[in-house]
Amino acid sequence: MSLRELSEAFGPSGNEAAVRQIVLERIRPFVDEYRIDSIGNLIALKRGTGQSSRKVMVAAHMDEVGLMIVQVDRGGYLRFRPIGGIDPRVLLAKKVLIGDQRIPGVIGVKPVHLLDSKARQQVMKVEDLSIDIGTMGEDDSGRAVKVGDYAVFDTHYEELGPASRTVKGKALDDRAGCAVLIELLRDRQAYDVYGVFTVQEEVGLRGARVAAYSIAPDAAFVLEGTICDDLPKDKDQSPTTKLGDGPAITVMDRSFIANQSLVQLLLRTAEQNGIPCQLKQPGLGGTDAGAIHLSREGVPSVAVAVPVRYLHSPVSLLSLDDLDNTIRLMRLALPEVSSLSLAH
Amino acid sequence: MKKLIQQLTEEFGPSGYEAPVRDLIKSLIVRHVDEVRVDAMGNLIARKKAVPQNGIASRRIMLAAHMDEIGVMISYIDDKAFLRFTPIGGVFPSTLLGSRVVFTDGSVGVIGREKPDHPDELPSISKMFIDVGAKDREHLTRKVGDPATFTRPFVDIGERLVAKAFDDRIGCAILIQSILNNTVSPHEVYYVFTVQEEVGLRGAVTSAYGVEPDVAIAVDITLTGDTPEAQPMAVALGAGPAIKVKDRGMLAHPAVKDWLVDTAKRLGIPYQLEVLEMGTTDAMAIQTSRAGVAAGVISIATRYAHTPSEMIDFADVQGAVSLIDGLLGAGLPF
Repeated sequence: MSLRELSEAFGPSGNEAAVRQIVLERIRPFVDEYRIDSIGNLIALKRGTGQSSRKVMVAAHMDEVGLMIVQVDRGGYLRFRPIGGIDPRVLLAKKVLIGDQRIPGVIGVKPVHLLDSKARQQVMKVEDLSIDIGTMGEDDSGRAVKVGDYAVFDTHYEELGPASRTVKGKALDDRAGCAVLIELLRDRQAYDVYGVFTVQEEVGLRGARVAAYSIAPDAAFVLEGTICDDLPKDKDQSPTTKLGDGPAITVMDRSFIANQSLVQLLLRTAEQNGIPCQLKQPGLGGTDAGAIHLSREGVPSVAVAVPVRYLHSPVSLLSLDDLDNTIRLMRLALPEVSSLSLAH
Repeated sequence: MKKLIQQLTEEFGPSGYEAPVRDLIKSLIVRHVDEVRVDAMGNLIARKKAVPQNGIASRRIMLAAHMDEIGVMISYIDDKAFLRFTPIGGVFPSTLLGSRVVFTDGSVGVIGREKPDHPDELPSISKMFIDVGAKDREHLTRKVGDPATFTRPFVDIGERLVAKAFDDRIGCAILIQSILNNTVSPHEVYYVFTVQEEVGLRGAVTSAYGVEPDVAIAVDITLTGDTPEAQPMAVALGAGPAIKVKDRGMLAHPAVKDWLVDTAKRLGIPYQLEVLEMGTTDAMAIQTSRAGVAAGVISIATRYAHTPSEMIDFADVQGAVSLIDGLLGAGLPF
């Protein structure tokens, strides 16, 4: 399993090269063809046996939320803006890595001694935060970092302990999906499988849009790391998904309404094989399926996700059982797609 | 035509779950068109061949009306079998209280509400639930992910009609009536009954790509300014089909708008011009399909849109049908 390497890889939206390289090394031995398109998607083809003329796209996004340096100020501090959806409350006092040199820095925070009671109640705006890379001024910082450089959270992947199969890491949304997709590309199906590791999902499903256009698939599966808010519990409303309850299947989210035949296929496969699975609470979030299902004349699509707690923060958690069960479910469901009726 | 309108409005079809509406429409039109297909998204696409006429350039025209209606979907079921829900499309919380919803199998639920923190608090959807009358979870057949729509019978109150889902079953009815009128057209006409308009014009995106029209007209509802203390808007029930100039998502192609206006004048059909500040229609998505499509909209003025009791004027509907027949029967001025 390459989840550790994938999680620790540097890959904010628009700068996914390091992740792509890791994925490519893993899949090269067992895919038939691959190419990198103009926007940066890695599109791998696992040829079918020829028994089915279908083309099926299975996608996971390589990019993660991150930061971009927008100014090196006179004190040598780096001003930044978020790339993708980041709650400013998770940023204070976090370690980051910046640019191609992976320069370490910390997001500065005023000591508690200096905060008046009002300031303690307030959330700092991103515009008021800066990254400190330990230099003594603008010139030193300017030599090391340029405006436009990317930064990501500096988080080590860890297994949380002997009592659980829960792991901690950054970017599990969607390196979990990438890890699943790598495993799925080992299997040869009756039809051609296009394994697509997309870019720029976090800034608007941009990679998936062009990849789906070029592939023109007959059906699509999107593999994700999704919201898991089982702690703490909201009255009668949560959880969106539960850690440990297996892969989460989307019926409807803000970006698309899943194809009912594909949803039923996944539920049926899980039930027949005793694989735990759950429906993601409808109405929340969005995935690459939002772009893929509208490509050309439309693509029947569904999303399957590994529940991830605290996603879009420096410390997300997932259960390796959920990850394994996602692989199992997909591995058993994919062969059925060759004979599945997708007509309305 | 009122019977047709009643049938369509009382059918079940929230976004993504339009099959009953599609089946009904298909059965009504299949013998009157040259070809019918359903695309991957579920759009129903019917084609009528052109009948060539000397001196008239034949064009490919797409007429679009959406089959889907707003609704709700079960998002969570609590221990006592009350159902929390999420909206499908633009559902106003204030119109939900006391409403009834119906599921695919015809079973009904009522919408209830938690005790408000303040007596005059506006209801929010997260504090509401559906009660299907189940004694407990063991007796409940509903599941997370089940869609539902509002249920309310069609009422004919003379010149005016009241129903749920005039948005946009009235557009569907107008297109169906136009097919049944069997106007001889020099143009190749695609009647497209789209899906998922209410959640983002999604069916129009894929059907426009597939049809690749030269010209497109969406037939949909619009708001009015003719009720007490309404947001000012120069559209009223009974003043004729409304010809869109702009809405929040699109500017109608000026040549298409003029074509509609001139045709209405030529045939003596009363019409009104529409500038809508909220909302948009399938025409927005069609307009930017592929290399671009000249697009316009015929709207039916509708009071209380997106509530279970929408109101329209029947003469506006008849005017829209006549206008479309007139458009299809002659050459295009552009």
